[in-house]
Amino acid sequence: MTFLIGENMVGGYGGTDILNGCSIRVDLGDIAVVVGPNGAGKSTAMKAIFGMLNLRSGKISIGGEDITALAPFERVKKGMAFVPQTHNVFTSMTVEENLEMGAFINTGPIAGIMEQIYELFPVLKEKRHQCAGELSGGQRQQVAVGRALMTEPKLLMLDEPTAGVSPIVMDELFDRIIEVARTGIAVLMVEQNAKQALAIADQGFVLVQGENRYTDSGTALLRNADVRKAFLGG
Amino acid sequence: METLLNPLVLLANFILVPGLAYGSQLALGALGVTMVYAVLNFSNFSHGEIMSFGAMCTILATYWLQSIGLSISPLPTALLALPFGILGAIGLCLLLDRLVFRFYRHQRASSVTYLIVSIGVMFVIGGVIRFIIGPDDRNFNDGDRFLLKARAFKEISGLSEGLAIKSSQAITVITAVIVVAAIFWFLNRTRTGKSMRAYADNQDLALLSGISPDRVVSITWVITAGLAAIAGTLYGLDKSYKPLIYFHLLLPIFAAAIVGGIGQPLGAILGGYIVAFSEVAATYAFKKFLRYLGPEGWSPEDLVQLLSTEYKFAVSFLILVLVLLIRPTGLFKGRVL
Repeated sequence: MTFLIGENMVGGYGGTDILNGCSIRVDLGDIAVVVGPNGAGKSTAMKAIFGMLNLRSGKISIGGEDITALAPFERVKKGMAFVPQTHNVFTSMTVEENLEMGAFINTGPIAGIMEQIYELFPVLKEKRHQCAGELSGGQRQQVAVGRALMTEPKLLMLDEPTAGVSPIVMDELFDRIIEVARTGIAVLMVEQNAKQALAIADQGFVLVQGENRYTDSGTALLRNADVRKAFLGG
Repeated sequence: METLLNPLVLLANFILVPGLAYGSQLALGALGVTMVYAVLNFSNFSHGEIMSFGAMCTILATYWLQSIGLSISPLPTALLALPFGILGAIGLCLLLDRLVFRFYRHQRASSVTYLIVSIGVMFVIGGVIRFIIGPDDRNFNDGDRFLLKARAFKEISGLSEGLAIKSSQAITVITAVIVVAAIFWFLNRTRTGKSMRAYADNQDLALLSGISPDRVVSITWVITAGLAAIAGTLYGLDKSYKPLIYFHLLLPIFAAAIVGGIGQPLGAILGGYIVAFSEVAATYAFKKFLRYLGPEGWSPEDLVQLLSTEYKFAVSFLILVLVLLIRPTGLFKGRVL
C-alpha cells in the first residue's frame, strides 16, 4: 500500500486544464521527485495534492484514506506539510518563532521537536533569535523546511527547494532532505535541478503537459537515453 | 538658576504635559488603525467612530453607575465604566465584521473597495451615535480635576511659572503605558499574539501552518475595539465628549500610523507622539518663553506662534504629505499604502 497516491488528477485554473490525468505516488521513507519542462504542471500537481486547487476528476489518498475533498489546513492535520517555492518563511519573525508557528496545530510541548530540527539544521540554532528575513537564501530554505517539519508530518512536500541557492548549498539541502526521508517521512519534491534531484530520488516522475511521460526509479531515469536527451540536456 | 528653570517649566506646562497626554491618545488610536491594516489589509476610516461609540457606551454606563451611587472618587467614575465601553465597542466591531467586512474579505476585495466601505460604515456609526446620545458636548469627568495645580507648584518650587497636571492627563498617560505594554506582551509572548503577527506577515503560509484566519480576524477586532474604546474614553475625559470630534481625530491618527510605518505597532506609538508634539509646538505662542531667554526688559513684538490653534490639523496634514513624499514606508519600514 503506497502512502500517498494522487491518481488521474485532472484540473487547472479557470477553464483550461493543466493537469491531464497525471498520477503521483510516494511511500514512507522514500523520496519522489517530479521533473519536467516549464509549464508541464509540476507545481500545479503539488498544489492539487495539497488541496490548493480544485480537481475536476481524480482521487488523492493518504495512508488509504481519501482526502480529495479536504481543505489545505485539514490536510495539515492529516500529516501533510508543504514548503512553497517563494514566501515560505515569516520574514518579520525570528527563526524560533517561525518554528513555533509551524507547530501551531500542535498544542502539546514542542521543545523536543524543535531540538530535533536544530540538530538537523545546526545553523538555525545559532540564529534562532534573528529575523528570518535577515538570513541568506539557503538558511531561509532551512527555516522553511524546519517550519514544515514542526508539525511532525508523515509527508513533506517541497516546491523547488533549491531555487536560487548556490550549488554548494543545494548539495547540503539535498543531504538534509535524505536525512529527513531516512526518519520514515515520505518526501515529494518538484525540482528544476533535475539531474541532482533524480540522483537522490527513489522514484522519479517526468511530467509533460500534465501527463506522466516517464515513471521509474531515479537512477533508471538518469540512465534512460530518451529522458537524458529530452529533459536532462544530454 | 531660576532664569533657566522658569522657561523650562513654562514649556513643560504648555507643551510637554499636554503633548504627552494627546500623544498617548493618538498612539492608542493609531495602534488600532495599524493593527487592522496589518491583519485585515485595509485602512479603517471608521476607527474614529468606533472610538466615539466606545466612549459613548462608557458615558452611558457612567450615568448608570452614578445613578446607583457607585463612585471611585477621586478617580472619575468613567474608569469604572470603561469595561462597558470596551464591551460595547467589541460588540460593534464583531457585528460590523459579520455584517459587512467579512463579505468583502471573502470576495478578496481590493483595498480601495475596503476603504470606501469603511467610510460608509463610518457615516452609519456616526449617525447611530448621534441618534443615541445626541450631538451635544458632554462632560462626564466627575473626578478631581487636578493632580497638581499651578499655584501649588509655584508655592512648592518658589518659581514664578506654574506647572499644572490635570488628573485626566495623568490617567491618560498611565493607562496608555499599561495598555501598550499589555499589547506588546501579547503580540510577542503569547501563541495567539504570534499567530496574529504570522498571519499579518504571510497569510498563505499562516494557512499552511494551520492558523485559522477567522480566529485571527476576530481577535484583531476585539483588540482594535478595546484600544478604540480606551482611546475614545481617555480623549473624552481629557477634552469633553463631542461626537463630531472623533471624525476630526482621524487625520492625526492616520498621520501617526503612517509616520511610524503603517502595520508596525511600535511605529504607531512613536508616530502618535511625533504628531502630537508637532501639533502642540506649532500652535504654541513662544512669546513668553523667548522673553525669558532674551535680555532683561526685552520682549518679542508678536506672539511668535507658527499657526493659530484653528489650523492645528494642518500640522498632521503637512506631516502626512511630507512622509508620503519623502519616506512612504514611514520610520519603521511599514507597508506602502
